[in-house]
Amino acid sequence: MTRPAFTGLGVLAANGVGAAAWWRNTLDGVSGIGPVDAYRTAGFPATLAGAVPDFDPVAHVPARLVTQTDRWTQMALAATDWALADAGIEPDRYDPYRLGVVTGSASGGNEFGQREIGRLWQRGPGAVGAYQSIAWFYAASTGQISIKNGLKGPCGVLVTEQAAGLDALGQARRMLRDDADVVLAGGTEAALSPYAWVCQQTNGWLSTAREPAGAYAPFDVAACGYVPGEGGALLVVEHPDAARRRGAPVLGYLDGYAATFDPAVHTGRTDNLRRCIDAALADARCAPVDVDVVFADALAVPDRDLAEARALAEVFGPGGAPVTAPKSMTGRLYSGGGALDVAAALLALRDQVIPPTTGVARLDPRYPIDLVRDAARPARLRRALVVARGGGGFNAAVVLSQP
Amino acid sequence: MGLFTLDDLRRIMRAVGVDGTDVDLDGPIDDVPFAGLGYDSLAVLETQVRISNEYGVRIPDDAVAEMTTPAAAVRYVDDLLSTVGSR
Repeated sequence: MTRPAFTGLGVLAANGVGAAAWWRNTLDGVSGIGPVDAYRTAGFPATLAGAVPDFDPVAHVPARLVTQTDRWTQMALAATDWALADAGIEPDRYDPYRLGVVTGSASGGNEFGQREIGRLWQRGPGAVGAYQSIAWFYAASTGQISIKNGLKGPCGVLVTEQAAGLDALGQARRMLRDDADVVLAGGTEAALSPYAWVCQQTNGWLSTAREPAGAYAPFDVAACGYVPGEGGALLVVEHPDAARRRGAPVLGYLDGYAATFDPAVHTGRTDNLRRCIDAALADARCAPVDVDVVFADALAVPDRDLAEARALAEVFGPGGAPVTAPKSMTGRLYSGGGALDVAAALLALRDQVIPPTTGVARLDPRYPIDLVRDAARPARLRRALVVARGGGGFNAAVVLSQP
Repeated sequence: MGLFTLDDLRRIMRAVGVDGTDVDLDGPIDDVPFAGLGYDSLAVLETQVRISNEYGVRIPDDAVAEMTTPAAAVRYVDDLLSTVGSR
């Protein structure tokens, strides 16, 4: 196989439900970050999030599945429906054993789990619903997507925090090289329940800003951490021969993928982000000059921003390929983040325009990068690099190219 | 007899929330295997838990394995309630 083809996408984010609405707002610099309701954040340092306001699961997911699933899985099921429709794929017309699914998950079904643990604590074991056994579990979204759509081929879940959305694409490529024709790949996350909120408070990376404007400002001199968000994207990744046979319009290709892991922080050794980027470029058989835009991890934690900016400058030269971080409008989506960035990169390649990073008032002069800020920038785009770093030391990068 | 009826079971099955499938629970479901009604093993387990909670009886897991149809479940639970009531 040459390169996997992307033939469809489904998206949910704080600034748009459905790819069309989300992409329009992303290009217009419309942020979805705002205060989370008081029940969720009372007494916590961080109070802002990129919640998806317009997602009513009952409108998108069969009632019986709403009962059995967490919000994160409901989002994944909806995004899958949209991605399949976008790709023009009806699964029942395929050999089901040649259809696969792989998602990332960082926090599982935390809202469902919190509700059931509440019942356990208040009313005892008999009050815990049977569906807790599957709804919280990291693989739940993959499993429910598989069951609902009849995807009986290879499937799996990757738990590499923010890197998982990209690692899922690497795994999808392996499945396509093996014997799958079509793989649903990507990730969603819905980690805004009180329990999930607590889990994130002590990681030291959350923005505690009170005003949404500038609360998540990667590479800014005043960068003060990231704002968590919910949502993500599912992508239809198709064997190029299968896409060609059915004459499917191709959004872009997965030219390269690589993953590296960082040394333990206490060793003082340098991180492996640059090695990851170099390896992804080598895998894509392209040179740094062939990359026209970078979708950055953009954690908005100063030393981590510095590390990423340095790695990018080392690879692309100071002020080299333009860098952007539309996640400044959606929040950091964990497993959903890499997948959403890939969706953005594919539509950027399609429309020949780089979506902006918002909220950055003053780029830190230590960072030798050309950050696309405030307004979308038209540009000749042939290839895009998407970078993601997962908490705990995961790095992943993909190179995408236009058809 | 009559302490637990098919209509009681229908009510609890609806609360489990597997409806929305093609199956009409109001129809002659007595001898249709639960799987055929769209109730997989977890849905049956959930039904068992809800019956136990509402009626204050303990239904052992191995008994659930024997209750493959609504009729069998109604018979078992009704017998159980009668036994408890006559003690």
